Amino acid sequence: MKSALETDAVDPLADPVIEVETLNFYYGDAQALFDLNMVFPRRQVTALIGPSGCGKSTFLRCLNRMNDMVDISRMEGSIRLDGKEVNSEELDVIELRRKVGMVFQKSNPFPKSIYENVVYGLRIAGIKDKDVLDETVESSLKGAALWEEVKDRLHESALGMSGGQMQRLCIARAIAVNPEVILMDEPCSALDPKSTARVEEMIKDLREKYTIIIVTHNMQQAARVSDYTAFLYEGILVEFGKTSKLFVKPQNRQTEDYITGRFG
Amino acid sequence: MKQFCYRGEPQVWMTAAALAITLLMALTLILVVIFNGLGAFWPQKLATLELNNGQAVLGQVLKEEPRPYADGTRMQLKVGNRDLYGLDFRWVDEDEIKRIHYQDDAVTVEREAYGDFYGTLNEVVVPDGRVNSGGLWQVLQQGRAEALKIKDKVEAIGEQINTLNYAMEKKRNKALKLDYKGVPAEAEVRRELARETDELEQQFQALVKKQRLHEAEKARYVALFQDINGRSVEIPLARIVRSYKPNDMHLIERAGVYTSKLLELFYADPRESNTEGGLFPAIFGTVLLIFVMSLFSFPMGVIAAIYLSEYAGDGFMVRMVRIAVNNLAGIPSIVYGIFGLGFFIYGLGGAIDQLFFPARLPTPTFGTGGLLWASLTLALLTVPVVIVTTEEALSAIPGGVREGSLALGSTRFQTLVRILIPMASPGIMTGLILSMARAAGEVAPLMITGVVKLAPALPLDGQFPFLHLDRKFMHLGFHIYDMGFQSPNVEAARPMVFVTTLLLILIVLAMSGVAIRLRNKMKKKYTFGTF
Repeated sequence: MKSALETDAVDPLADPVIEVETLNFYYGDAQALFDLNMVFPRRQVTALIGPSGCGKSTFLRCLNRMNDMVDISRMEGSIRLDGKEVNSEELDVIELRRKVGMVFQKSNPFPKSIYENVVYGLRIAGIKDKDVLDETVESSLKGAALWEEVKDRLHESALGMSGGQMQRLCIARAIAVNPEVILMDEPCSALDPKSTARVEEMIKDLREKYTIIIVTHNMQQAARVSDYTAFLYEGILVEFGKTSKLFVKPQNRQTEDYITGRFG
Repeated sequence: MKQFCYRGEPQVWMTAAALAITLLMALTLILVVIFNGLGAFWPQKLATLELNNGQAVLGQVLKEEPRPYADGTRMQLKVGNRDLYGLDFRWVDEDEIKRIHYQDDAVTVEREAYGDFYGTLNEVVVPDGRVNSGGLWQVLQQGRAEALKIKDKVEAIGEQINTLNYAMEKKRNKALKLDYKGVPAEAEVRRELARETDELEQQFQALVKKQRLHEAEKARYVALFQDINGRSVEIPLARIVRSYKPNDMHLIERAGVYTSKLLELFYADPRESNTEGGLFPAIFGTVLLIFVMSLFSFPMGVIAAIYLSEYAGDGFMVRMVRIAVNNLAGIPSIVYGIFGLGFFIYGLGGAIDQLFFPARLPTPTFGTGGLLWASLTLALLTVPVVIVTTEEALSAIPGGVREGSLALGSTRFQTLVRILIPMASPGIMTGLILSMARAAGEVAPLMITGVVKLAPALPLDGQFPFLHLDRKFMHLGFHIYDMGFQSPNVEAARPMVFVTTLLLILIVLAMSGVAIRLRNKMKKKYTFGTF
């Protein structure tokens, strides 16, 4: 349970990148999230944990408005990214998603070459300069600890990679557009322990530059990689705090039960 | 036995049997078509049958069968010489025959009119004089080559006359337009027009004169034949398509005749109300029809499917539209034909004529059946297939890919163009293949939207605007129907019916083959292992 947190002098919570205020979320008539209030500290890893169906993923998808695609969904309350309201009609969703990248549970590379996968975000943003693209590919793949493995076959199909490589490619793809926040929705649930270890290693490196919010089922993983942890239960934020504190001395009975494996 | 049933073997056997039966049926059909179609061109020997009454019959023996309601057997012969006997075929009872033999000097002459001639060669008349002995056969072939050269000249002049006609037609239309606008008779434009028309008329007359001269020259090449009973027939050499001595040929010569007949299919025009000669205009019409049809139905279907699957959501109306689309595929094709006639030809075509070609009325330009309307009708017929397959292909794409693209800040349209359509392209190609195959096999809707037994001109030629979508066209499917059931000489047309069928199957196969190759390429490129 080592964390870089101990060495930080200033309180990261004082400089939040995302602030969530009384967030309520509904699927049709069913309410999925109840009055969430929390902040995500800048350049820290925050883990969202909780039993299945507690609303972790829904919450995560509110942050880059991916729930817009669900016709019957409705979001109330306020989410502010760098002080700018996310939950508003005027917001440019495209712009938001460029700032808030996302990595999914199941790796979803596009049926293109490795190179094209990484530069996809740049291409749709209209960047054509070959040098910029080449540079981004290298830096992103290095960021995702994939460069050494694939540098000789950048122009081969991404579909021929292993599962772990594909997931790291998806992460490289997300950081290629240089977002502020990266959302990860159980990024390791389909990976073997070795690949998982590599991804976790990478997450630790990425927190130097990006704010990472990770949903995970695996409590050890949350403890290993995150600086802050939020525990959600049935759509309610039960407890939020530094990972080191939350796992050692949970304030809430439910949190304790969950992290000690009594339910969930 | 119990074990056998327990393991589910009977079910496996049942499915295998179903597949085997299907394959067997398809294979039988194709084999029958191939056998009958390809066998028909092999040059058969000519048998001479001496009859008890002193007469003789010369012809190909087609089959032998028991006489109906009588003892003994009878033979069916193709005796040709329709100009002499009226019928190409004849039954001869076995007990009438005294002797059968094969005479070496029997000739088969395929000509441009009246079908085959079977008989012997007596005399060849060429401008140099008459030849009736020694090397007669060589003289015939030489004379024919010369006559054909002259014929080519005549045809070349015919082409020029056609071009002139076209120019004169334009002038006539211009005059009509002036009438329509009410330009007075003494106007300068009119005088100019009259002068130009006169000039064209003079050129025309000169050409016609020249053509007549060549015609007369051509008519001096003639061959005299006689049939087995001594009736003589005169055949102009230029009208002989092919002549050979079937009883005096070895295998290689036979194969030569066979190949030349087979190749003729692909480039020649039909003769003898389509029962002989080539199929070129029909092949061309079929391919062009399918091509133009695809140009309409493919984009229309794909775009409609994209809207339905990506943007329309899942409301009551959308579900209704889906049901309607699926049902469209079940409507009898003749109904589409009638719709095409009413809506496209009379409605749209009529309106176009009113708007753009009023001077030519009451002769319709677009207000009559043509390639364009037939293509549109077929497009309507095949669009449901494209929609259904495209929609299925789009919905088979894993949702994660879509989200992945959107999460990177792409719009739905960018996702569609860059990710979804490439990934769905193998499925979309399947739709195209199915729709092309369906369109190639349709005849009923074409019959009332522009297909004809014999089109005067191809829909594609050297005259502006080169592609004439308003023209009538020929089609292999209709060709089959026409020869098999509408021809005055059904028995003679039989081989061509099979050949045409074979060709239609081959064309569909070739087009699907190309599309399948394309699909496989795309599959390799865009999908996760299997699709």
